[in-house]
Amino acid sequence: MAVMQYREALNLAMTEEMERDDRVFLMGEEVAEYNGAYKVSQGMLDRFGDRRIIDTPISENGFAGIGIGAAMVGLRPIVEFMTFSFSYVAFDQLVNNAANMRYMSGGQFSVPIVFRGNSGIAGNLGATHSHRPEALYAHFPGLKVMMPSTPSDAKGMLKAAIRDDDPVIFIEHENLLGDKGEVSEDPDFVVPIGKADVKREGSDVTIITYSRSVITSLKAAEKLEEEGISAEVLDMRTIRPLDLDAILNSVTKTHRAIIVEENWPYCGIGAGVADRIYRAAFDELDAPIQRVTAKDAPLPYNRRLELDMLPSVERVVEAVNQVLYR
Amino acid sequence: MAHAQTEAKPIVEREQALDWLRQMLVIRRFEERSAMLYQRQKIGGFCHLYSGQEACAVGSIGVLRDDDYVITAYRDHGHAIARGMDPKAGMAEMLGKAAGCSKGKGGSMHFFQVDRNFMGGHAIVGSHIPLAAGFAFASKYRGDDKVTLCFFGDGAMDQGALHEAFNMAGLWKLPVIYVVENNMMSMGTQLHRHSAVLDLTQRGGPPYGFSASIAVDANDVEAMAEVTLEAANRARAGEGPTFIEAKTYRYRGHSMSDPMKYRTKEELEKARERDPISLYEVVLRERGWVDDESLELMQAEVKEQIDEAIRFAEEAPEPELDEVYTDITVSPYIPQE
Ligand SMILES: Cc1ncc(C[n+]2csc(CCOP(=O)(O)OP(=O)(O)O)c2C)c(N)n1
Repeated sequence: MAVMQYREALNLAMTEEMERDDRVFLMGEEVAEYNGAYKVSQGMLDRFGDRRIIDTPISENGFAGIGIGAAMVGLRPIVEFMTFSFSYVAFDQLVNNAANMRYMSGGQFSVPIVFRGNSGIAGNLGATHSHRPEALYAHFPGLKVMMPSTPSDAKGMLKAAIRDDDPVIFIEHENLLGDKGEVSEDPDFVVPIGKADVKREGSDVTIITYSRSVITSLKAAEKLEEEGISAEVLDMRTIRPLDLDAILNSVTKTHRAIIVEENWPYCGIGAGVADRIYRAAFDELDAPIQRVTAKDAPLPYNRRLELDMLPSVERVVEAVNQVLYR
Repeated sequence: MAHAQTEAKPIVEREQALDWLRQMLVIRRFEERSAMLYQRQKIGGFCHLYSGQEACAVGSIGVLRDDDYVITAYRDHGHAIARGMDPKAGMAEMLGKAAGCSKGKGGSMHFFQVDRNFMGGHAIVGSHIPLAAGFAFASKYRGDDKVTLCFFGDGAMDQGALHEAFNMAGLWKLPVIYVVENNMMSMGTQLHRHSAVLDLTQRGGPPYGFSASIAVDANDVEAMAEVTLEAANRARAGEGPTFIEAKTYRYRGHSMSDPMKYRTKEELEKARERDPISLYEVVLRERGWVDDESLELMQAEVKEQIDEAIRFAEEAPEPELDEVYTDITVSPYIPQE
């Protein structure tokens, strides 16, 4: 075990996988000579050279497609989007090609590629740079979507994504990049795709969440504990495929659930998750599921407005109180 | 680059020339003070400064009519000011205030001013380039003779959207002028590392049937004005788009968070020897249009103007919290919560 930052854990995952498998390479804007716009690929050019750490022009649709093509003929690309808002420029490649390829070729082609990069509401970046694209990508059968909340998960989940034979959308959070935590240095430490994690045990209510909202929810759980309420915090980790069993186990124990995410509410992740719970475990619920989301508006530049839009500890506590009828 | 600085017949009158010099000074001071405000965390988000490139915006926008359209990318403060935006509205936007040119909702990268036909700063690289063709399409459709001037960086040349828009602009002979501000850098990537062909005039105009494809020394404000005016005349005459490669240099990092490790002090110093503002001062002195005294006075006035803009912005109120739900759709907006 070693203590490292989330960004260092991502770096270690890529480094180990590249050492293990020559087919793995990294490409994207500023990943090589600049060492990554957010320093996730720091030092990798020095270590692996420009055959495997590749700077691209600002041509998202082009290099995403080049990655998919290379994956179809046996390489295992990691494609970095500087931020995930820019992946929309490559949306056609991701959804029409990556997501569909295995299916429409009748299983003849695999697309073992990871599209990774940060997203999330990071501070005053305005409407174009603050997208949370997970609900969009999770909509498409054929894609897997993962979002780690801790350095340890960042490493283990990214390794699983790189080893997976399908296209994985791997979304980091800009505000988590500097977070520190214990990370396994075992090169075979992997967090499997589709496995949720109880980040905090509790008995009165389940808070279902992922990415940075895990941190917000854990803080809320501490606060709730002071009020005598025991909240379980369940980190989904993988958005698709959903670990429904883990969710149902927890809800069957606590009988109350809230879902916390930075997405917009309508057609967001919580909408899909709540639907699954209602259909599978309606009788277990003692209260309707509450959701804490971003406000349903584009992201404003102004900091005060922006902060007001985000799920906060207070709003999580309020939602818990609602399902507890307090 | 056939445009000498000391051409016998200047393309502008004295008054216009002094105005251009002043605009460049206003932009420079606006940017340098913005850097300080950014460091004091009064300005947030990404902040891309324009210092070193002033002559490009001022010269080209300077020959447009008021009813023409101007659009640019995220490095937009200079273009906005050259198009006549009050620095107060710009500074208030940077500070996120309700009095800002985009009501505090856009920030540094998203300046807009519809009454100047300033069609915005746009933060997704390349995504505004088709919009410019759209404004030009509308001009042609309506049969008016407005032109559209569109700025972007050398990095944006690599976006597919540019090539699709260029093809249709050439095909339909749209009245649009595309200006690539080639500062030789796309964030931390030098031109030779992101472009297969280094002569951008080859990549820009010829493959798409533009009326002309011209390289110009964009540190020379009058040279910039001249090629733009010629392009505007062609566009108004129905001859279609022009591609201009404006060769320039940015003094600062890509954004305020860029430590600029990719270039040397010597390179920067060498670039500063051809500072667009100093060069123009020399030209205007030679013509006898400015002297030490008038220059000092102008600088003092510019300083006061920017100080005033900062005071205004700092004192202006924050937007109300319920402003997040305005301007989303034609009112009333119904949040789907
Ligand atoms: C589609 C997209 N990809 C990446 C980015 C991140 N980014 C912002 S500016 C920039 C460099 C652009 O350089 P250039 O077009 O040369 O303009 P300059 O900064 O020189 O004005 C990059 C990579 C973005 N904003 N949009």
